[in-house]
Amino acid sequence: MDRYDTIIVGAGHNGLICAAYLARHGQRVLLVEAADAAGGLASTREFHPGFHVAAAHTVYQFSPQIAKELELAKHGYADSGKPLSTIGLDPEGNHVAITAEGVSGVDAEDADRYRRYRAELETFRDALAPFWMKRMPGIGGNSAQELLTFAQLGLRLRRLGREDMLEFFRVATLPMRDLLDENFANDRLKAALSWDGIIGGRLAPRSPNQSVLMLLYRLCGEHGGQHVVPQAGIRGLIDALVAAATGAGAQLRLGAAVKQILVEGDESGLRATGVELASGERIAADRVVSSADPQRTFLELVGTRHLEIGFSNRIRRLRCEGYVAKLHLALAEEPRFRGLEQADGRMIIAPDLDAIEFAFDDAKYGQCSSDPVMEIVIPSLREPALAPPGQHLLSAHVMYVPARLKGGWTADAREALTSRLLDELERYAPGLRKLVLHAELLTPADLETLHGVTGGHWHHTEFAIDQLLMMRPTYEAAQYATPIPGLFLCGAGSHPGGGLSGAPGHNAARVILS
Amino acid sequence: MKRYDAIVIGAGHNGLTNAAYLARAGLDVVVLEKNDYIGGAAVTRELHEGWHYSSCSYVCSMMRQSLHRDLDLSRHGLLLVPYLGTVAFGDDGNTLIDYPDEGAHYLELQRHSPHDADAMSRFQADLGRYAQLIRKTLMRTPPDPASFKPRDIREILFLAKEFWALGERELYEYMRFFTMSAADFLEDYFENDLIKAAMASPGIIGTALGVQSPGSAYILLHHVMGDVDGSVGAWGLARGGMGAISHAIANALREAGGEIRTCAGVERILVRNGTTVGVALENGDELHANIVVSNLDAKRTFTRLLQPEELPPRILERARNFKIRGSSGKVNIALSGLPRFKGLPDNRYINRGGQTFAGSLETMERAYDAWKRGTWSEDPFIESIIPSAWDPTVAPAGKHWMSNFVQYCPPELADGPWTPEKRDAFGQTVINKLERYSPGFKDLIVHMEVRTPHEIEAEIGLTQGNIFQGELTIDQLLFNRPFPGYGQYRMPLRNFYMCGSSTHPGGGVSAACGANAAREILRDLKKPNVVPDDDCYDE
Amino acid sequence: MEHTDPFAGERLKLSPFHARQAPMNLRDAWSSWNSYKFADYYYDAQYEYFCIRNTCGTYDICPMQKYEIRGADALAMLNRMVTRDVAKLKLDRVTYCCWCTDEGRMIDDGTIFRLGDDHYMLTCGSPCLAWLRQSALGFTELTVRDISEERAGLSLQGPTACAVLKAMGLAAIEQLKPFGILHFDFRGDTLMVSRTGFSGDLGYELWIDRSLALDLWDALYSAGEHHGIHPYGEAATNMARLEAGFIMPAMEFNEALKTVNFQLDQTPFELNLGWLVDFRKPHFNGRSALLRERDKGPKYTLVKLDIEGNKPANDAILYADRRCKGEIGYVTSAMWSPAAKANIALAMVRTKYLAGDIFAEIYYPKELRPYRKVARCTVRDKPFWAPARTRQTPAPDR
Repeated sequence: MDRYDTIIVGAGHNGLICAAYLARHGQRVLLVEAADAAGGLASTREFHPGFHVAAAHTVYQFSPQIAKELELAKHGYADSGKPLSTIGLDPEGNHVAITAEGVSGVDAEDADRYRRYRAELETFRDALAPFWMKRMPGIGGNSAQELLTFAQLGLRLRRLGREDMLEFFRVATLPMRDLLDENFANDRLKAALSWDGIIGGRLAPRSPNQSVLMLLYRLCGEHGGQHVVPQAGIRGLIDALVAAATGAGAQLRLGAAVKQILVEGDESGLRATGVELASGERIAADRVVSSADPQRTFLELVGTRHLEIGFSNRIRRLRCEGYVAKLHLALAEEPRFRGLEQADGRMIIAPDLDAIEFAFDDAKYGQCSSDPVMEIVIPSLREPALAPPGQHLLSAHVMYVPARLKGGWTADAREALTSRLLDELERYAPGLRKLVLHAELLTPADLETLHGVTGGHWHHTEFAIDQLLMMRPTYEAAQYATPIPGLFLCGAGSHPGGGLSGAPGHNAARVILS
Repeated sequence: MKRYDAIVIGAGHNGLTNAAYLARAGLDVVVLEKNDYIGGAAVTRELHEGWHYSSCSYVCSMMRQSLHRDLDLSRHGLLLVPYLGTVAFGDDGNTLIDYPDEGAHYLELQRHSPHDADAMSRFQADLGRYAQLIRKTLMRTPPDPASFKPRDIREILFLAKEFWALGERELYEYMRFFTMSAADFLEDYFENDLIKAAMASPGIIGTALGVQSPGSAYILLHHVMGDVDGSVGAWGLARGGMGAISHAIANALREAGGEIRTCAGVERILVRNGTTVGVALENGDELHANIVVSNLDAKRTFTRLLQPEELPPRILERARNFKIRGSSGKVNIALSGLPRFKGLPDNRYINRGGQTFAGSLETMERAYDAWKRGTWSEDPFIESIIPSAWDPTVAPAGKHWMSNFVQYCPPELADGPWTPEKRDAFGQTVINKLERYSPGFKDLIVHMEVRTPHEIEAEIGLTQGNIFQGELTIDQLLFNRPFPGYGQYRMPLRNFYMCGSSTHPGGGVSAACGANAAREILRDLKKPNVVPDDDCYDE
Repeated sequence: MEHTDPFAGERLKLSPFHARQAPMNLRDAWSSWNSYKFADYYYDAQYEYFCIRNTCGTYDICPMQKYEIRGADALAMLNRMVTRDVAKLKLDRVTYCCWCTDEGRMIDDGTIFRLGDDHYMLTCGSPCLAWLRQSALGFTELTVRDISEERAGLSLQGPTACAVLKAMGLAAIEQLKPFGILHFDFRGDTLMVSRTGFSGDLGYELWIDRSLALDLWDALYSAGEHHGIHPYGEAATNMARLEAGFIMPAMEFNEALKTVNFQLDQTPFELNLGWLVDFRKPHFNGRSALLRERDKGPKYTLVKLDIEGNKPANDAILYADRRCKGEIGYVTSAMWSPAAKANIALAMVRTKYLAGDIFAEIYYPKELRPYRKVARCTVRDKPFWAPARTRQTPAPDR
């Protein structure tokens, strides 16, 4: 039997990044992935003959540091695509557009406020940025290095100056709605700006305590939070990560679902010793790193009998219900949106903050909103290879769609939602329905089945203050190490969280190597 | 013209407390009140002959006992009586009685869920632990986190030490608790919906958040951190109504030589060169003083009593953005007899304490959804109590009055401002719901008074009728309250202070805001402190 | 829901044995235990105590919590929950055990009865369904059922206990070893007898369906007529258990899940229950915390104290010197032992002071006036009462 230094469960981007770092440091690394392709939620799959798409359709916070350290450029990744403008769609064509330069489609006062708003957020973002790429120390720890991280954080906040520091403490927990109402008048602008603070989570514009931090986290990428379809697409990024990992010597086994993480014990305690695959094959290693979500990792792969009772139940109580569905349309030709020369942006259908809030209200009770809100991208405009020549695909994130629909996700329920979404799109892009060759709806429940992510949650577990930083996913497992020696976490359920940032994979590798 | 040492604007309980301490320190103080009665929201009013309503605030648990003792409020006429036997009503007509006896309470919970009956002890221990910590901050001025002053650093260290004493696990649990929703917090313990609803109800009272909104767990704590005689989470009635509290404090103030003027609404605060020098009254009189203290809410103080040009630039923006949302209504009802509620045994302890018409978490959340849409739920959350069942002084013998606090009620409606017709329709919704749980209830009604946020604001001047003088969300708590950088009662004009619930520690009839502000004022005046520093019991 | 008694919801529950016990409770000396009406004593606490030591007595254990745990995962689940190795527990045997939080703080103690291959009964003093539910997470082949209401339990303790059961016709009962279980036919149902108890003396616990409780009582009391059988209450049981050195929740330990202040609960090592913690068995809750505790040594240790003089040291603070400077511990339970003729106590003492002098500061009343005395304490290793019959098989008749 082969013996490895490290087995990594799941070849999503975080698993790949962790593998690449470990392999570059000379470890014998095996990556095992249940699916037939690497990438997890960012893997590109054919949803209709000739049409390809990934659940994650843009990149906006991928760490430039990781790209550099793993020499992803050498492996064909270039984050050089022109950022997509964010467009708040209006059925009449009076859109609001947000770009790096500023915003258009709003009055002068809003445009001016936007510059200040943006500058302030960037100040806060810069203060926090280094801490996403670091292990967050526990509060109980007293080592010099741990205290240093806190001291650094305190210092950086102090360095903002008195006014900004105090303002940060106030703004950090504001709901998007309050933050935006304080700054802007235009409803469509507010709705579009709120989007990155709330999407992916169980929260709406009026929900306090987490959206501003989410927003600041998402502003950390190369393009300051602007969305990009990278050269060669999301596929290009995943391919580059696979190449970086395997190039450094890591082995990748696809179609190899892990049945359990093996844990053995003696008088001194337990230790993770390898994995058992669905096939029954057992592979030994000095350590196991899981990029699967915390609930899957602990409750299914490890099993509660190896864990503490309080801990197991804290893992059980993690909020892992996803509320974002994906709609994929194979289109016979390029869609036209009223008032847009080309639909080459990240388009948001949400007329105002209330529209988002009210869509959320239905989902709270396990229902699907009759007026969903969504984010739309036509990735084939940037990466033509995703669709047959001349044809296009539309990819949409739809909120709020509960993973556990009351009455279940029956064929009727799916059909009703798909049809409702097409009607809504038709209002903005007249004639779109006729172009549809095939429509695929992936509810959070489908994302769970397809990618093995509990609840289909983008972040594996809610990005909320009580599940962040040194409490992500819970305080006993927040520093990538877990209560079981030899078992580590490196997925979105660890600090700092989900999204294509790569930070959890990077941070976990650093902890393992130290 | 007479010149005072200090003018306090607003004779609510915090204003009176503040003035009482300033007077005790030897200052010549006047409290100015626009109404012809004192007490602000802590009042007893005879709105129907023979019936004395606590027309706004209706129960008390947060009143700091150190202040009660120090101001000698008992001698000044105050008696707080704990009441027992609150009942929560579920959507399905089920009832959950909060028996005072632990064993009986256990059996009652067990009737709904044996699991939850067991889980309750851990829930109470955890909540008690959180309450114990937060209670220690109530009588202290929050430290300024951006300051290097020894006093602020000392306070930060004090808080850090208290926090640390929780132990590592609880420290994390505490941070979790502080930011999560009441619904999520309760899911950690309970499975039964009525038990969860009953336990969640303090998490929405007075706030523009729902049980599912992150942050509502703290609101829950804010309501249960008080106590009556060391019994955490217990609530009491003031004999004679909530006005008895205000009157007792007013008596203490007068005894110390302070003065109260009613029908003396303040038109504006007078400012010379960035220093407050007095006030102009609505009747045109001017009163001058070295110190001006506002007991009004932060929004009202800065947007109504001061001119924009007199203020530093950012403050007006802060005041405008200050979250003070109207979310509650109140229906006071005079009754010809004691109402009987369905599904309850009729004994002298339980059919007449509090009633919580909570329904379920979903019903409560849906009521919040209605508020967000600028209307009220047809099935609103109502917290009721029949004070006359406990207090012989507030209604004629054999007759009763019922206080109904309604969550949620919007500050204005989607289709425009409140009108008397809409107000009455709101009141009708409430009594329709009560009639459902107590058939024949309507026949008992002798008089009723309906207060939407509009009436509350118009009468007692709380902006939007917000009972806390500002939302209790993290961005407006501790050193952020009312505004970042102004968490220590001193406001951005010289000699100008705030002492109302817009300041730390926030809403509730605690008198802590007023007392803490007085301590800071005396400090600035370099006078010896006469305000108790901490609460008077050992833990 | 119609109530005929408007106070029904607030009244105490009545034990299945109540109809027989109530007339014997001459002074209505009732208190409560787990919401049951429960006797402090029936006739005289001292008298009942001597029944336990001299003849025999019955103690109503219906208010105790009883959980039935069944299924293929029952053993794994229990073994992960408690610190002792349940795998070693043989069929029809009982074991004393305790269970802890993740941090190794003691939640409760109790006994586990092995009644079949995948069938256990857990008994304990406080309700723990919520913790059992948490402990069951991830164990699918498992049912946990609260059978407290349906099973009646009666403890029979004292030197003539075996004789009474023999007289009742329970064949070969004297052959039952300590912590063993036997089953007998009784009125068409099964009477389960375990040789267990909380008195430190020869004794049995009898378990039967609630509906047969009074029949059992009658049979037992008729068999015991000439063996000095008498019911005893909380007062006598508390005396007996203290002489035997047994701990009580809310006396010696604070249940961890109900503890408000940090570490004002206890670990098994602090309670001198280290022998219940088996580090050789598979993973169990609190293991790593307990391992650290074992290696580091507990901060406090529960000890049995023999105190000079005759004034019980209830609530006394302990010191290392007669001048009472510097506290080193506190008394958790204390009394004058009528059997041992000693002034005894259980106390928590800072471990590092165990070897030195220990003094208790005792307050005691005389004609209403409180007096203070400082008394020397001696640590005892052995229980103050441990007769050989407790362990002998066959069990003696008197």
